[in-house]
Amino acid sequence: MSTKVPADTPLRMEPPISPGAEPFWEATRECRLVLPWCLACERPFFYPREVCPLCLGTAIAWRPATGTGVVYSFTIENRPATAGFSMGKPYVVALVELDEGVRLMGNIVGCPPEKTEVGMPVSVTWEALSDGRHLPLFEPRREENAR
Amino acid sequence: MAGLRGAAAIVGVADEVSPTGELGSSGRALEAAVIKQALDDAGLTLADVDGVCHSASSMGLAEYLGIHPTFTDSTNTGGSSFEVHAEHAAAAIAAGLCEVVVSVYASTPRSDRRDGKPRRRPDLGVNNPLVDWELPYGLRLPMAPYAMAATRHMAEFGTTSEQLAQIAVSTRAWAGLNERARYRQAITIDDVLASPMECSPLHLLDCCLVTDGAGAFVMTSAARARTLAKPPVYVLGAGTCHDHSIISQMPDLTTTPGVISGANAFAMAGITPSDVDLLMGYDSFTITALLHLEDLGFCAKGEGGPFVEDGKTAPGGSLPMNTNGGGLSYTHPGMYGMFLIVEAVKQLRGECGERQLESPEIAVAHGSGIVLSCMSTLVLGTEATR
Repeated sequence: MSTKVPADTPLRMEPPISPGAEPFWEATRECRLVLPWCLACERPFFYPREVCPLCLGTAIAWRPATGTGVVYSFTIENRPATAGFSMGKPYVVALVELDEGVRLMGNIVGCPPEKTEVGMPVSVTWEALSDGRHLPLFEPRREENAR
Repeated sequence: MAGLRGAAAIVGVADEVSPTGELGSSGRALEAAVIKQALDDAGLTLADVDGVCHSASSMGLAEYLGIHPTFTDSTNTGGSSFEVHAEHAAAAIAAGLCEVVVSVYASTPRSDRRDGKPRRRPDLGVNNPLVDWELPYGLRLPMAPYAMAATRHMAEFGTTSEQLAQIAVSTRAWAGLNERARYRQAITIDDVLASPMECSPLHLLDCCLVTDGAGAFVMTSAARARTLAKPPVYVLGAGTCHDHSIISQMPDLTTTPGVISGANAFAMAGITPSDVDLLMGYDSFTITALLHLEDLGFCAKGEGGPFVEDGKTAPGGSLPMNTNGGGLSYTHPGMYGMFLIVEAVKQLRGECGERQLESPEIAVAHGSGIVLSCMSTLVLGTEATR
């Protein structure tokens, strides 16, 4: 399905920076994926917030993530959610389970939408946002990237 | 868990829908009109009402109606709001906080769109995880989260598009018996599969309608209910549970918090799934209804596909589901849970004409809100079940 989209239409709605997520977004300026870990529980959580959702602890450390995981589920969207998204072409919205055990949403890029599968190994890739941050997306993991 | 069993009863219901999908009024005027119908149905008047529930503004509603309630509830859990209102109202009546409670819903998205009125948009500010972590990926709401639940269910359990389509086919067969339904013409599995793919694996005919609609219920104590116009429909059990608000936080995309709301409501009522004569299970999408069948215990987890395959939820089947034609074919103004209650009550009172079940005694109204987020289960029964 093709949708006529003016050339200056932003492709994406860019995410705001909510309290508690500043270190996450700061790291994306260097295309680094970091996760908040609760020091009391010794567990990561997502999405980032000011307190640990397991124990309400506020001692939180930001640690690098492997950036690899598997597709937990997905959908191919044949009509864009917002006017400019994907310039009218079908795209994949997926939930990815990282090796660390947390789940986050992302688009699957770097392969035709219909090639996406539940359980498919993926690794993080980045798309530049207008303010120097980057948005994490995922692409099929190549053999040489697999751990 | 005896809880609220039999303490309160629904004594009046009404809904406003149209085969065109559009109604001639909206807003408070439509709410007031449907409240009047529900009160007339009960043989009560506005002066009797001392409790109000509204999914956005119980105070504004009471002011508009010129009443001074002693029980007020503006709970919004999306489409399950009205099951939650019924649960809260029954608790408030049982505790003596009030005696006659009204809950109402009116929404006119179809005529609003025709008239060019702006759609409600999510708040795009900070501290909204939906905006931070999901909307940047072009998540289409409300379909995409449900589509992801369906994808996962298919991958884990081998559920097929044909099995999901059967739910739409069976529900449409019920709509064929309801002259007030939006769509009544029979459809086949092939029709569903040939309809446009919206968010894979959900086709257009796996998705609910967008229509205008309004509804209301009136609840009072069991003692007062017996003095009124219609046979009381008792609240035998009620349960609510939510576990996430955005889909990326749902612990398991194939298991809803209906496992907990349903178990609690059934335990309070002292029933098992085999006692249920009618399931009104929120069908925003075919996958939504399939998950209810599993999570309420009508079949085991993962077996919803084979369970619906033989058409047992259709007219003449062993588990009638969504006898009004459901959100898939009757009406769906956005938060559909009110219509589950209205149909359950009418069936238990024997008022459903061509689609009337044979002497049903126990009906379950199971609401689902937001993105499989908040489930609320009501077990309703006739005098014989109290």
